[in-house]
Amino acid sequence: MTRDLVVQFLAQGAQMAFVLLIAPLAVGVVRRVKARLMRRQGPPLLQAYRDLAKLLRKESVIAESASWLFRSAPYLIFALTWVAAALVPSFASGLMFNWAADVVALVALLGAARALLALAGMDVGTSFGGIGSSREMMIATLAEPAMMLIVLTLAIAAGTTRLAGVADFFIAEPFGVRVSLALSLISLVIVALAENARIPVDNPATHLELTMVHEAMVLEYSGRHLALIEAASHLKLVLYLSLLICLFAPFGMAPATAGLSGWAIGLVAWIAKLLAGAVLLGVWEVSIAKMRVFRLPDFVGVAFVFGFIAILLAFLTRGVFA
Amino acid sequence: MRGPALAFVYPLSALAAVVLGVVDLQVLLSGGEAATRLPIGLPTIGFHLRLDTLSAFFGIVINGGVVAASLYGMGFDRVKELTPRVEPLFPLFAAAMNLVLIADDAYAFLFSWELMSLASWALVVARHTDPECRRAAHLYLVMAAIGTVALLFAFGGLAGPAGGYTFDTVRTHPPQPMVAALVLMAALVGCGSKGGLIPLHAWLPLAHPAAPSHVSALMSGVMTKVAIYGFVRIAFDLLGPPAWWWALPPIVLGAMTAVLGLLYAVLDRDLKRVLAYSTIENVGLIFVALGLALAFRANAQHAAAAVAMAAALLHVLNHSWFKSLLFLGAGAILHATGRRDLDGLGGLIHRMPRTAAFFLVGALAISALPPLNGFVSEWLLFQAVIAAPALPQAALHFASPAIGAMLALAAALAAACFVRVYGTAFLGRPRSAEAAGAHDVPLVQQAAMGGLAFLCILGGLMGSVLAAALAPVLDKLAGGALPGPGSGPTPFSLIAFDPARSIYDAPIIALFVAIASLTTLIVVHRLSERRTRRGPAWDCGFPDPSPATQYTASSFAQPLRRVYGAAAFAAQETVVMPPPGDIRPARFSVVVVDHLWRAFYAAPGRAVIGLSERLNVLQFLTIRRYLVLMFVTLVILLSIAAVTT
Amino acid sequence: MSQAYEISHLLAGVMLVTSFALLCQERVAAVLNAFAAQSITLALAVAWSAWSDNRPDLFITALIALTLKGIVIPVALHRTVARLGIHREVEKVVGVGVALMVGLALTGLAQALVLKVAAGMASHAREELALALAIILLGFLMMIVRRNAVTQVVGFMSMENGLILAATGARGMPLVVEVSVAFSVLISLFVFAVFVFRIRERFDTVDLEALDRMRGDRR
Repeated sequence: MTRDLVVQFLAQGAQMAFVLLIAPLAVGVVRRVKARLMRRQGPPLLQAYRDLAKLLRKESVIAESASWLFRSAPYLIFALTWVAAALVPSFASGLMFNWAADVVALVALLGAARALLALAGMDVGTSFGGIGSSREMMIATLAEPAMMLIVLTLAIAAGTTRLAGVADFFIAEPFGVRVSLALSLISLVIVALAENARIPVDNPATHLELTMVHEAMVLEYSGRHLALIEAASHLKLVLYLSLLICLFAPFGMAPATAGLSGWAIGLVAWIAKLLAGAVLLGVWEVSIAKMRVFRLPDFVGVAFVFGFIAILLAFLTRGVFA
Repeated sequence: MRGPALAFVYPLSALAAVVLGVVDLQVLLSGGEAATRLPIGLPTIGFHLRLDTLSAFFGIVINGGVVAASLYGMGFDRVKELTPRVEPLFPLFAAAMNLVLIADDAYAFLFSWELMSLASWALVVARHTDPECRRAAHLYLVMAAIGTVALLFAFGGLAGPAGGYTFDTVRTHPPQPMVAALVLMAALVGCGSKGGLIPLHAWLPLAHPAAPSHVSALMSGVMTKVAIYGFVRIAFDLLGPPAWWWALPPIVLGAMTAVLGLLYAVLDRDLKRVLAYSTIENVGLIFVALGLALAFRANAQHAAAAVAMAAALLHVLNHSWFKSLLFLGAGAILHATGRRDLDGLGGLIHRMPRTAAFFLVGALAISALPPLNGFVSEWLLFQAVIAAPALPQAALHFASPAIGAMLALAAALAAACFVRVYGTAFLGRPRSAEAAGAHDVPLVQQAAMGGLAFLCILGGLMGSVLAAALAPVLDKLAGGALPGPGSGPTPFSLIAFDPARSIYDAPIIALFVAIASLTTLIVVHRLSERRTRRGPAWDCGFPDPSPATQYTASSFAQPLRRVYGAAAFAAQETVVMPPPGDIRPARFSVVVVDHLWRAFYAAPGRAVIGLSERLNVLQFLTIRRYLVLMFVTLVILLSIAAVTT
Repeated sequence: MSQAYEISHLLAGVMLVTSFALLCQERVAAVLNAFAAQSITLALAVAWSAWSDNRPDLFITALIALTLKGIVIPVALHRTVARLGIHREVEKVVGVGVALMVGLALTGLAQALVLKVAAGMASHAREELALALAIILLGFLMMIVRRNAVTQVVGFMSMENGLILAATGARGMPLVVEVSVAFSVLISLFVFAVFVFRIRERFDTVDLEALDRMRGDRR
C-alpha cells in the first residue's frame, strides 16, 4: 500500500521533472528547424540550456523604480507555469495529483501567470512595458472565448472536464474522422499560437517596438529573473504541445494502473510526439509572416468561429444531448 | 463638538453587525427558522418577520460588509473628515438592509426596501454642493422609484385577487402561469435596477462613486446583494415551480451586462467608476448563474441546479468581500492623494505598501485567478455552463456555447481591466505631485482592508467548506446540494457533480505552487549569481525621466478600444496632424457613444418631457372646458356600463 | 455504414466551413477560390454518396458539379474580373464580425428547425439536411450583405450547392439533381452575359480608370 503510494508520488515527481527538463530541448528543436529551413546553420539543439545557465550566472540589474512585485513575479510566474505544465497528463493519465485541476482551472492558472507578467511589465513605468501588457491582455480576451468553446466541445464529447478523463475517453473510443473534433483541433492550435506568442501572433525573436508583445513585457528583466521568465515561456510551449497531444493524439499514453514498463512506453511516445510537434511548429513559423496587431482579431476570430461550428456539429451528431 | 459626539456610531455599528452576523451564522448552520409578527404597519397585514437559512446567508454577507465599512469609518480623522450628514444615516442604512432580509410580507419588504433606498440616497447626496453629485442623486432617485413601482406590481401579482400579502400565503397559493411570468419580469426590473442589470444600470456608475468611500463599498458590495436576495426570494421561493423559459431573460440580460459592464469599465478613467462598472459585471454573472439554476430546476436536473445556485450564492459572498476591499482601497487612495483619476496616480506601491498589497489581493481575486476566492465561484459557474448542453429545450442548449463564450470574454476582460487599474494606479512612476507625496492610511482602515484580503485568500482555499455550509440553502432552493468535501480524494476538494467529472482542489494547487516557488527560489539562489544592482530603466536605451512617457490608463485601453469599441460604442479615434512646418501641436481625440444611454434614458426622458409639455395644456383650461371633460368621461363610463352588462 | 456516414458528414462539414469562408473574404479572387473549393467538396460528397449508396447516376451529377462549378465557372469569372477590371475588393454592408455571428446563429437555427421538424427521419439523413439548410441560408446571407455583383452571383450559386447537397440526401428524386444543375448553369451564364454586355454598352470602355470615375458611391 505505502509502496504503491511512494511509487505514485515518485511518478508524479518524475512528470514534473521531465516537463522541466525537456522544455529547452523542444525550443531548441524549433529554432534549429526554422534555421535549417531558412538555409542557415542554426544554433545547436542544446543551446537553450546554455542560454539559461548563462543568464543564471549573470548579475541582475533592476530599475530604480521597480518594486517588490517586479522582483518576486518571475518566481511566481515560473512556479504557476510549472505546476500547470505538470498537471497535463504526459506519459500516463491519472497520476497522483492530476485530478486536482481540470481544464478550466488549468487555463485559469495560466491566466494568473499572464496577469502577473503583465503587472510586472507595468511596474517599471516605461512605455514598452505598457505596450506589451496592453497587447497581451487584448490577445487574451480574444483567445479565452475560443478556449472556452473548445472545452465545451470536449466536455460534450467526453462528459468530463478532467484532462485525464478526456484522454482516457479518447484512448478508449478512437473518434475516426469527426469534423467537430477536427475543427476543435484547428481552433486549439490557433489558441496555442496566440498564447505562446508565436508567429503569426508575436515574434519571439524580435525587439522592434511595432512588433513586440511578450518581449516588451520582459524588456527590463535580466540575469536570474530573465532566466526564470524564459524557462516559464519554454514550459508554456511544452504545456500546450502536451495538451494537444493529450487531447487529440493520446495513443501510447499509459493508463493509470500500468506499471513501469507501461510508463516507459508512454514516456517514449510522449517525447517523440512532443519533438514532432516542435518540428511542425518550426515549419509553420517559417511558412507564414507575422500579422499586424489589429489583424489578430481576424486570426483568433477564426478559432472562435471554428470552435462554435464544432459545438453545433457536436450537437448534431449527438442527435440530441446527453 | 460635532466630531466626538458622533464618533461612537462606527464602533456601535460594527458591534451590532458582528452580533447579527453570529446569529445568522448560527441559523444557517443549524438550518432552523424563527418568525414573528409585529403589530405595526398596515392594519390588516401587520409586519411579519422571518429569519430562514436564505435570509441568514445573505445576512452574513451584509453584516460582514458592514463590519468592514464600520472599521474603515473608525479610521476617519475626527476633526477634518467626520460629517454629521453621514454618521446618523450609516447605521440606518445597515439596519434597513438587514430588515429587507428578514421581511416576511410584502409591506415589510417594500417598506424596508424604500428605507434602504432613501438612506443610501441621502448618503449619496451628502456632498450636495458638487453638481455631479446632485445629478447622480437625482438619477438614483428616479431609478429607485421605478424599481419600487415594479416591485409593487410584482407583489401585487403574487398576492392575487384575494390580497394575501404575507409570504406564507403566497407560498401556499402560487399564481397562474401567465401572472407568474409577469411577476418574474417585474421582479427582474425591480431587483435588476437596484443591482445594475443592463439596461437599468446607468445610475450605478454615477451614484456609487459619489458617496463616501465606505458607503460606496456598502452600496456596491452589499446593497446590490440585497437586490439579488429580492430576486432569489421571489423567483425561487414565492413563485412556485418555474417554467423553462423563465431562465432566458436573466441569462441573456446577465451575459450582456457582464460583457458590456466591463467594456465600459475598461474605457473609463475614474477609479471609482471603474469599480462601479465592475460591480455591474459581477451582478450580471450572478444573474446568469441564477438563470441557469432556474433552467435546471425547471427540467428537474437537481445536481446541475445545485451547482448553478452554489455558483450564484458563492459569488454573492466573494464579490461582497473583494468589491468592498477594492472600494476601501480606492478610498485610501483618495484620502492619500486627493485624486480619483487614474491618470494622476502611479507609483503608489512604494508610498502605500500595505494598501497596495491588499488591493493587489482584491484585484487578483476579482479577476477570478486561482487560488483566490473569485475563481471558486467562477469555476462553479463554468461547470454549470458546461452542463447546460444537456438541457432539452433548443433555445437553452443552443444558447449555452454563446453564454460560455461571453462568460470567458468577461473573465478575460476583467483581468485586463484590473491589470490596467492596478498597473496605472500603483505601479510605474508617479504621474502627479499628489501621487508622489502620498502616505498610507490609518491602521484601523488598513486593518479593515487586511481583514477582507485575508477572507479572500481563505475563501479561495476553503471554497468547498463554504459550499458545504450552503447545503441547507441549496436544498431548499435547488432541490439538491453539492457533494460534500468528504466525498473527494482530499478533505478540501470542491466537487461539482461527482469526482470523476469535475473537481478543483485549491489547497493542493496552492501547496504545489508554494512548494515550486520555494524550491525555485532556493535552487536559483544556490546556482546563480545573487548580486542585484539598481540602475536606471533600460527602456531600449532611451530612458526618459519624465513620468509622462509611461502608459496612461487610456493608452492601456487602446487595443481593447480598437477591437471592441467600434462594435459596442462606435468608438472612433481621430488624429489631426498639422502640416509640416506648422508648430502647432497635433490633436488626438477619442469619441465614444453610449448607445444604451441614448436609447433607454435620453430618448424616453425627452419623450416624457415632450408629453408632459403637451399635457400641460390641461392646466389652463376654462371652467366650461373642464365641465366638458367631466361630462364626456361620465358619458363614456355610462356607455361602457350599458354595453357590457 | 458508420464509416460511410462519417465521411459524408466530414465532407458536408467542410462545405459548411467553406460557406463561412465565403462570408469573410475581402477580395473577389479569394471569394471565387472559396467557391471553387466548395463546389469541389460538393462533387466529392456527391461522388461518395453515389459510391456508398450504390446510385451510379449521381456520378454524373458529381462530374457536372466538378467541371462546371468547380473549374469552368470560377476560371471564367476570374478572367472576366481581371479583364474588366471589376472592383477587386468586396464592398460590405455589415462588418465581417457581424456577418459571421449572424451566420453562426443561422446555422444554429437550421439545426434546431430540422431536428424538430424532421424528427421521424433517420438520424444521418437529418444531419445532412440540417447542414444543407445551413449552407443554403449562408449563401442567401452572402447575397444580402455584400454589394459586389460578382459576389451576389457566387452567393446564389452557393445556395444551389446547398440544394444539391440536400437533394442527394433525399431518396427517389435523382432527376431533380440534374435539372437543378442545368438550371443553375443556365442562370449563371445568363447573368454573366447581361453583366458583361451592360458594362460594355453603358461605359463604352472597360478601362479601369474610366470605370472608377463613373462609380457613384465613393468611399
